[in-house]
Amino acid sequence: MTATTRDTMTNSTATAASPEARTAAFYELEPHHHPEGASTMLGFWIYLMSDCLIFAMLFAAYGVLGGNFAAGPGPKDLFELPLIAVNTAMLLFSSITYGFAMLVMEKGKVRATQGWLLVTAVFGASFLAIELYEFSHLIHEGAGPWRSGFLTAFFSLVGTHGLHVTFGLIWLFTLVVQLSKKGLTPANQRRLQCLSLFWHFLDVIWIGVFTFVYLMGML
Amino acid sequence: MAIEAVDHSHWSPLLGRLWWDAIPPDPIVWATFAGVMLGGIALVAALTYFKVWGYLWKEWFTSVDHKKIGIMYMVLGLVMFIRGFADAIMMRLQQALAFGGSEGYLNAHHFDQVFTAHGVIMIFFAAMPFVTGFMNYVVPLQIGARDVSFPFLNNFSFWMTTSGAVLIMASLFIGEFGQTGWLAYPPLSGIAYSPYVGVDYWIWSLQIAGVGTLLSGVNLICTIVKMRAPGMNMMKMPIFTWTALCTNILIVAAFPVLTAVLTMLSMDRYLGFNFFTNDLGGSAMMYVNLIWIWGHPEVYILILPIFGVFSEITATFCGKRLFGYTSMVYATMVITILSYIVWLHHFFTMGSGASVNSFFGITTMVISIPTGAKLFNWLFTMYRGRIRFELPMMWTVAFMVTFTIGGMTGVLLAVPPADFVLHNSLFLIAHFHNVIIGGVVFGVFAGINFWWPKAFGFKLHEGLGKISFWCWVVGFYLAFMPLYVLGLMGVTRRMRVFDDPSLHIWFIIAAIGAAVIAAGIGAFVLQVAFSIWKRKELACDGDPWGGRTLEWSTTSPPPHYNFAFTPVVHDIDAWEDMKRCDVAAPKSGFLDIHMPRNTGTGIILGGIATVFGFAMIWQIWWLAAITFVGMVGYSIAHTFNYNRDYYIPADEVAETEAAAHGQPLPAGA
Repeated sequence: MTATTRDTMTNSTATAASPEARTAAFYELEPHHHPEGASTMLGFWIYLMSDCLIFAMLFAAYGVLGGNFAAGPGPKDLFELPLIAVNTAMLLFSSITYGFAMLVMEKGKVRATQGWLLVTAVFGASFLAIELYEFSHLIHEGAGPWRSGFLTAFFSLVGTHGLHVTFGLIWLFTLVVQLSKKGLTPANQRRLQCLSLFWHFLDVIWIGVFTFVYLMGML
Repeated sequence: MAIEAVDHSHWSPLLGRLWWDAIPPDPIVWATFAGVMLGGIALVAALTYFKVWGYLWKEWFTSVDHKKIGIMYMVLGLVMFIRGFADAIMMRLQQALAFGGSEGYLNAHHFDQVFTAHGVIMIFFAAMPFVTGFMNYVVPLQIGARDVSFPFLNNFSFWMTTSGAVLIMASLFIGEFGQTGWLAYPPLSGIAYSPYVGVDYWIWSLQIAGVGTLLSGVNLICTIVKMRAPGMNMMKMPIFTWTALCTNILIVAAFPVLTAVLTMLSMDRYLGFNFFTNDLGGSAMMYVNLIWIWGHPEVYILILPIFGVFSEITATFCGKRLFGYTSMVYATMVITILSYIVWLHHFFTMGSGASVNSFFGITTMVISIPTGAKLFNWLFTMYRGRIRFELPMMWTVAFMVTFTIGGMTGVLLAVPPADFVLHNSLFLIAHFHNVIIGGVVFGVFAGINFWWPKAFGFKLHEGLGKISFWCWVVGFYLAFMPLYVLGLMGVTRRMRVFDDPSLHIWFIIAAIGAAVIAAGIGAFVLQVAFSIWKRKELACDGDPWGGRTLEWSTTSPPPHYNFAFTPVVHDIDAWEDMKRCDVAAPKSGFLDIHMPRNTGTGIILGGIATVFGFAMIWQIWWLAAITFVGMVGYSIAHTFNYNRDYYIPADEVAETEAAAHGQPLPAGA
């Protein structure tokens, strides 16, 4: 079957035409412009999905180890929901303000973009500060990650999220500086969009953490 | 040969755990070290004498050209392959000697490191670089692109992989390597049972190399999705590109799991966490599950692109379009998906229960269906084809026979009751070497012989290639068929000494087989060296094999920009289509070509990562902190460089094309 298909001309028009026409059918002779950074958003999205898998593993570990208290304290003894509610609010607000930054970016306003980024950073930093307070409080009470399988999984999951927020902040400040230097060039806009994806992604992860670790832990 | 217990508890703020006791108390290691140092000094001296450092730096180390990066991956793979093979020879020799009361020549501490290093090096630092090297070199050419989506990232990925390889080599002479087996199951790999640096070397070399692998996966997916030549829709992509796409999807979906599980193990070891500990609520079983959720897709990451290599070779050397292109694509996708739901077959005996075992046993057996479909496709491609038995095709036929045998023993092991008898035995060892050597290694040699003329403009010498081929094939069967027998006799893996004299003969045959394989490797090295020497006689044009896909439509070696004019695709086997329609490449009207600029950032970050890994392994905290901040800082600084591309002027393109078309003549012309 394949032996016959081999001989069928798939491009019979091209063979009939003149050599120049054939060349033109098989090669792009006109200049064409590749939009710069055309793959960046796709690439960053794929990277985010791989990062999502890391969190999936940490959630899975929490699912396996979350009930192993080793005669130590459990969620009900440790979590303070009002504090976590404030914390969650900080992160959610930071996502909204990042959204505002993107809106003014679309209008080409550099200063306003930087302003909203800095507001986002304030919320992000507050989130981190509250998380660090919670961690130090737990460790002070003798409920550090080395105490039990449950606390190991808890600190790792929440801490990994916190580390991501930290890196997001470093990235955010870098972009604020780069906006001052270069303005809203296509490259900088692309970077802002990547960080936007990253920042909202961390929000989604946190909603998972808040639901599965904190809320369900208090049931 | 008792090992003296060495106290490794020394720690100082300046050097961490690094102290005189880091020098292994073993004359074999000292001799190796001396040899490596002498070789290294000779190499550095030669490079300096011939003044090639500048050339290497400018043209290779800092290059973002996917072709050069691909070749560097192949070189890395080959160097590490020889290291891993040295480990293999040591094991075969030890097991052939340690009979009748003899302890052999390796003590237990050393032997355990050798089998661990062999597995880790062969999978991560030989097979992976080979496969990534092929994908890097061939994929952009096959899809008619000028480079990958993220050329700098590509260079960075390579240097991260190399950084991991450097660390694992350092473990040979400074400290020790893990004695845990290649996947380092806890609690053995936990701090209580492996307190010294061996497991830490394992963790950090894989962690750093893993970053490179993941990023190159993202890069190649984007390249294949976004950068195909006009007209090449998904179902017109060459099969190798298809398998590369599926492989890179597997990489992106599997390597984060490895990253996570390695981090968890590090947390247990460095900070006293309880992920996998025996006490305080840890679960060692979780480790085994997680590592195999990465580990099983990993073996398909290795074999899928090699299936692609064989597909291209079969079609080319039978002078026919590949039989069943569509079924080949779907088979590849089915294997990609199934590879995620079979991981538990690696530990049927660990007590998951009959129903769970049945599920994973059945999914495992099901994988043989798409794989079988592939084999039939290759066979039907050969059927009534005009087969030319050149070297790549010889390797392909050897693969088809050998891999089928390995596949059948794999289906056998997939039956849980049979696995209860055969698990952890040499039967298993024989099985996976049967598929990895018969599949991946044969495929690597097939691919090297196939694409070498494309990369360098001359063919590899056929006579020496045939010697290498026959030594490999015969050596493989001699070395591994006895292991099937031994496994059925109940011999477990990773044993250092034996009592039963009736086993001896099989180990001797296996050792002879390993020696024959060594001759095959030697013949390959000779083949390469001899071919470089005789490159004028072996010179070829852009299409030496009668190729079918776009990489053969450009010159050999391809120009920096791959294609002066982007080809337009109308059919599967685009180049074959062009030849059939008698299309001439345009000779004038060249345009400026937009290309990425070289950068030293990748190699510098890789270098800092190596020092960081070393500092973490030896717990030199100040150095770890500085290098970590250095890596982050340097990366940020790199993002301030917006000047990353340039244009090759049309005149220069015209000159390059004119020179290339005048130059490569077939032998004897």
